[in-house]
Amino acid sequence: MSSEFFVPDPEGQVPSAEGYFGAFGGKFIPEALVAAVDEVAAEYEKAKADPAFAAELNDLMVNYTGRPSALTEVPRFAEHAGGARVFLKREDLNHTGSHKINNVLGQALLTKRMGKTRVIAETGAGQHGVATATACALFGLECTIYMGEVDTQRQALNVARMRMLGAEVIAVKSGSRTLKDAINEAFRDWVANVDRTHYLFGTVAGPHPFPALVRDFHRVIGVEARRQILERAGRLPDAAVACVGGGSNAIGLFHAFLPDEGVRLIGCEPGGHGLATGEHAATLTAGTPGILHGSRSYVLQDEDGQITEPYSISAGLDYPGIGPEHSYLKDAGRAEYRAVTDDEAMQALRLLSRTEGIIPAIESAHALAGALEIGKELGQDGLVLVNLSGRGDKDMDTAARYFGLYDDEAGER
Amino acid sequence: MAGNIELLSSVLAAAKAENRAALVGYLPAGFPTVDDGVRAVTAMLDGGCDVVEVGLPHSDPVLDGPVIQTADDIALRGGIRITDVIRTVKEAHEITGAPVLCMTYWNPVDAYGVERFAADLAAAGGAGCILPDLPVEESEAWRKAAEQHGLATVFVVAPSSRDERLAKITAAGSGFVYAASLMGVTGTRESVGNEAQELVRRTRAVTGLPVCVGLGVSNAAQATEVAAFADGVIVGSAFVKRLLDAPDLETGLAAVRALAGELAEGVRKRG
Repeated sequence: MSSEFFVPDPEGQVPSAEGYFGAFGGKFIPEALVAAVDEVAAEYEKAKADPAFAAELNDLMVNYTGRPSALTEVPRFAEHAGGARVFLKREDLNHTGSHKINNVLGQALLTKRMGKTRVIAETGAGQHGVATATACALFGLECTIYMGEVDTQRQALNVARMRMLGAEVIAVKSGSRTLKDAINEAFRDWVANVDRTHYLFGTVAGPHPFPALVRDFHRVIGVEARRQILERAGRLPDAAVACVGGGSNAIGLFHAFLPDEGVRLIGCEPGGHGLATGEHAATLTAGTPGILHGSRSYVLQDEDGQITEPYSISAGLDYPGIGPEHSYLKDAGRAEYRAVTDDEAMQALRLLSRTEGIIPAIESAHALAGALEIGKELGQDGLVLVNLSGRGDKDMDTAARYFGLYDDEAGER
Repeated sequence: MAGNIELLSSVLAAAKAENRAALVGYLPAGFPTVDDGVRAVTAMLDGGCDVVEVGLPHSDPVLDGPVIQTADDIALRGGIRITDVIRTVKEAHEITGAPVLCMTYWNPVDAYGVERFAADLAAAGGAGCILPDLPVEESEAWRKAAEQHGLATVFVVAPSSRDERLAKITAAGSGFVYAASLMGVTGTRESVGNEAQELVRRTRAVTGLPVCVGLGVSNAAQATEVAAFADGVIVGSAFVKRLLDAPDLETGLAAVRALAGELAEGVRKRG
């Protein structure tokens, strides 16, 4: 049977056989990983052609994840967006609380098909780590999660969730101690344990086939949202908006709208303390093409090709790279990217909480802040679709400190 | 000025003529400082290394274990630039006359400019480059520049490389082949696995290039063991560790020289 929820790119055109989206992508990996990465690519091609794979994934998405996810109109929030109508694609309502589960279930099935018994993954905010630990519990796979030490502190709740699910969580102390360093450490583990281990990569970056494979598992977001907004609003949106760290939820939303030329695709990057301060992770806005974690894409680097340390209040967006397909869409002019600061994101987080009773993840709040601006630019007749990629429970400690919500702290409550 | 690929080949051939394996040492440039790094690289050669690899430290060394990561961090915090690495190659070669390669990740070379990097490395007297995250499929631009400037392109092969890939990789490489003794990152190991010998055998079946074995070799006994089946023995982390563990630079340099001497004896010993 064909699956309603597993909808790989029907065009099958992009990327090239070598994994290139225009000038971006490829496979810059050590020889020791070539066989393993090729095995993932081959298994994925087989799985795509196997109706049983689609059927099993479909069943999981409906009965485990809870797809399709809702589309919620947020009129009280939209009053602050210049009067445009705003709809949220509710990936926060998925099991485990974010879009990450879409990709994880797909790759967990691939892991089983490859006969591997151990899964490793990197995580920033912990959402991919929690989703991976969840799938490993479900399928009886051994699970090790690498997480930057800075992130284990600011996302302590998710560390506890992963451990509750039976995963080993390793705090990475090298480099900037955030997502980039967690990926480095996961690659080191993979090289040493590749025989029985699958690296369940969490975003649309990395070496081919990961950018295309992870995208395909997230395409369902845009496919559903496109159908839902046509039903509800009677037309396509003027803009589809998502936050971008590595870019997985954004590509998942954007992809089904690529042929719809009237739909602007807008990615909101972490502007941190502001681009002028240098303390940000706005890779597409401020970066240059280079190679990081196995593919050519925009990266934040100095003129010697050393990767510069990123910053964002959001652990999930605190990454100096970006999936190669986003670099391609940017240079092709099909998608646009803008930076949203920490403060703008936090204000949007509070606004959505207080106008609609939905507490978003700080990551997703970057998209909400972008939507407020885009709505004003579009005006009264505007229609904006925002991917609410995750829920904010994990961020309550950060938010409480930011807004001074704890009893013993002062702040703008 | 052309690079020193021929010097590299003749030094490896001379070791073979002596019926022994060559000793290849690795240290990152800029560690602990650029000038002292030159002294450390020179100390490896004085102590008995035939060839050295100078590491160009990278912010994201995904193939390096904690020892080389620590040295890279020290070099990067010290503000090492690519031009400093090239100066290290130049001075080490001028002082010793030995073949000096550069080892790094692809992004620094890509950012510096492929043609510019090859030209500057060759002008410094460099013998070639090892780029472990640049697979043969992505290497055409580099190989063209390297060939034009007389530099070797040393590819890494791994125990997981199938025979048809070994043939493809070694056909594109020059200078020597770097055979990774095990599946893993750099660092010292208790023992060198038997995967290494099998990989050398399979590699020799498809190429006439010398095959040098690296990853995990740290002492004379291991060097002897590897020298029995390989054309060269590559040691990196153990040298770095000597410098990291030393109370001061002079002690560290003496320890580097002493280790090179022990390893040089090791590669000459019949196991």
